[in-house]
Amino acid sequence: MALLQIAEPGQSAAPHQHRLAAGIDLGTTNSLVATVRSGLAETLPDEQGRHILPSVVRYCATGVEVGEAARRAAAADPLNTVSSAKRLIGRGTADLKSLGRELPYEFVMIDSAVPRIRTIAGDVTPVEVSAEILRVLAQRAQETLGGELSGVVITVPAYFDDAQRQATRDAARLAGLHVFRLLNEPTAAAVAYGLDHAADGVHAIYDLGGGTFDISVLRLHKGVFEVMATGGDSALGGDDFDAAVAGWLLAEADLGSDADRGTLRHVLDQARAAKERLAQQETVGLEIDRRDAGLWRGTLTRKQLADLVDPLIRKTINTCRRVLRDAGVTIDEIEDIVMVGGSTRALRVREKVSEFFGQAPLVDIDPDRVVAIGAAIQADVLAGNNPDDEMLLLDVNPLSLGIETMGGLTERILPRNTALPAARAQEFTTFKDGQTAMSIHVVQGERELVADCRSLARFTLRDIPPMVAGAARIRVTFSVDADGLLRVEASELGSGVLARVEVKPSYGLTDGEITGMLKASIERAREDIDARRLVEEQVEAQRVIEALSAALACDADELLSAQERAVIDQALQALIATVDASQNAAEVETAVKRLESECEFYVERRMNSGIRKAMAGQRVDEITPRDDGQEAG
Amino acid sequence: MLDFSRSYFELFGMSAGFLVDIPELARRYRELQKVVHPDRFAAAGQATQRLSLQSATLVNEAYDTLKDPLKRAQYLLRLRGVELDAQHHTLNDPDFLMQQMALREALAEVLQATDARARLDALMQDIGNLIETQVARLAVQLEESGAEQLEAAVQSVQKMQFLNKLHAEAEALEADLEDAC
Repeated sequence: MALLQIAEPGQSAAPHQHRLAAGIDLGTTNSLVATVRSGLAETLPDEQGRHILPSVVRYCATGVEVGEAARRAAAADPLNTVSSAKRLIGRGTADLKSLGRELPYEFVMIDSAVPRIRTIAGDVTPVEVSAEILRVLAQRAQETLGGELSGVVITVPAYFDDAQRQATRDAARLAGLHVFRLLNEPTAAAVAYGLDHAADGVHAIYDLGGGTFDISVLRLHKGVFEVMATGGDSALGGDDFDAAVAGWLLAEADLGSDADRGTLRHVLDQARAAKERLAQQETVGLEIDRRDAGLWRGTLTRKQLADLVDPLIRKTINTCRRVLRDAGVTIDEIEDIVMVGGSTRALRVREKVSEFFGQAPLVDIDPDRVVAIGAAIQADVLAGNNPDDEMLLLDVNPLSLGIETMGGLTERILPRNTALPAARAQEFTTFKDGQTAMSIHVVQGERELVADCRSLARFTLRDIPPMVAGAARIRVTFSVDADGLLRVEASELGSGVLARVEVKPSYGLTDGEITGMLKASIERAREDIDARRLVEEQVEAQRVIEALSAALACDADELLSAQERAVIDQALQALIATVDASQNAAEVETAVKRLESECEFYVERRMNSGIRKAMAGQRVDEITPRDDGQEAG
Repeated sequence: MLDFSRSYFELFGMSAGFLVDIPELARRYRELQKVVHPDRFAAAGQATQRLSLQSATLVNEAYDTLKDPLKRAQYLLRLRGVELDAQHHTLNDPDFLMQQMALREALAEVLQATDARARLDALMQDIGNLIETQVARLAVQLEESGAEQLEAAVQSVQKMQFLNKLHAEAEALEADLEDAC
């Protein structure tokens, strides 16, 4: 069942071929891969039967180790072993100060927005570290399923900002994966639960992972998951619980935070183990090897642990309250609370969540696996394996998008919790006579001061026709796609001149850096970059051929005249012939573009016909106005 | 291009008016997204994906506008050729403006009070009631077609803008109070 079955000349591809797809939960601490087989979504184990892959990468002189082996080596080789790369992904050099306290790496600051970690195998970015993890998981899926993956769904915390999402996509690109969609982790969990329980109504998903916290409120209605509001903290998780316990341990054992890296790692491991054991027992005994100062012994009780982590849990509860308000629902309207993420195993977390929502949370799907399972279900639907499936996920943007205005203030353009995809336009004008350029600073966040928000990018609009101050009308359009990724376009309305937009991501890798990394990884894999591009173009061509063939079989008779049909058929055959004969990526790309432009009218007709059918039979005069409340029902 | 010239009401197959059956609107919204959403075209070519993205964005924009009373009223006024920018329309209602000032003062004083939470709740209730009153007025004003009713509707919309802003500020204060405890 290989994906890349390029059709024989004259033979069109089978429209209902089963495509291999996988869902990947790329976690801070652990990662998993899942897939749907015979209608059942399940996580995939490695050769030793382990489902969980620790998100740890060790760089050695001879190569790269990923997972359990790397995790075990962390204490002995802290400088070359990178864990929790998710905490760093999409972050800038400036963020390291607030995140770096328990990170035992050597960072290299070079002339780039992205920090690099110095290892024995060279300097690596968090994007490259994540790509290694993705590569191992994709490999596992391909070996289990026996074929190439047509695409994957990768989950991200709902509260990830644009830079973090873009960086995750970059990691997938480096790993050579086609990403169908970035899916928000709580939404993925809702899918896994929703299909299990088939419960229509309003649900809350409380997701506390190793390094991130998310809360989403969503409405499930006949297979449509509509996220109403989401919130969280992309730098709060179980790691912080461990750090709180470790801080206490260091103080108790009379160790300063200037202890050597190996000791710090040892203390952190002890802290995590103690936290986990306290889920089963009331008290745990602790031992810290202080090297020259000898062995330290002590105990930690549940009560003491609660005191250490309560301030962190309180932060999550405050966020829950805000999200309920944003969603416009009260606590009584919540049917159930789903717990996701390894850190929800902590009894204190469950206690506090029960207390706030006034009901016990659902914990019946393994909180470690539920996200990957939801992602696999979505990947299977997106691969087109269930054409009759009604499932649809409607998500929102987690953080407001705005721009900097005079005095360092934020002007909100796309408020948080707007349904995606979304677009908003804003008009600007020049403030000097003859001004031909204008710079715009895009920020993400809820605070009034730009300095308190996250800088996403700076744009310079050039080629504005010179006019008197205030005469130019520059319309800037912000669009966010279904992955939560932002794009900006600008034009001057009076003259119709399209202003050129230069994007300079504040915390991202530039296209040049990505290309460089791609080349390096391909060299390592002894692949040929041209061969790789050709395969990518062939896959895209195949996608277009299959989608078009399926569409024609479905409604060509209804929507196309015989003449129109003949034109499209001819263009389709031309592409099939090109894909078959050509070994040149650019040629294939051109042929795809040609077919797509020939078919544009047909695609639009299909979309309009779909809309008509969806609204058909619902006569306007049958609708009686009932209320005008703000609640969507 | 998808027919983007149709009004949001036409897109949803509903008659244009201020009174909207919200549960029905929500149902139609889901039906429309089932047809146009990018997830329906994950396996399609780039051109199709672009069209789907534009269509789904339009459907979201339309739903966002129609489900909210203030945005719906503003949209209806725009359909009738009224451009609501502040320079051309001034709010001519001294009593309302006095009331706004009183509400703002009350809001500013909430934090100093010992019973801050109770006061804020009462204040938000008041603002909510005032919004409801404007919504009820708009329902009448926007059903009529005369110039006088249209101007009255513009006034109501402007009042709602004030009130909504005030309500949002009260909510932000509520969040601060909750986070503090």
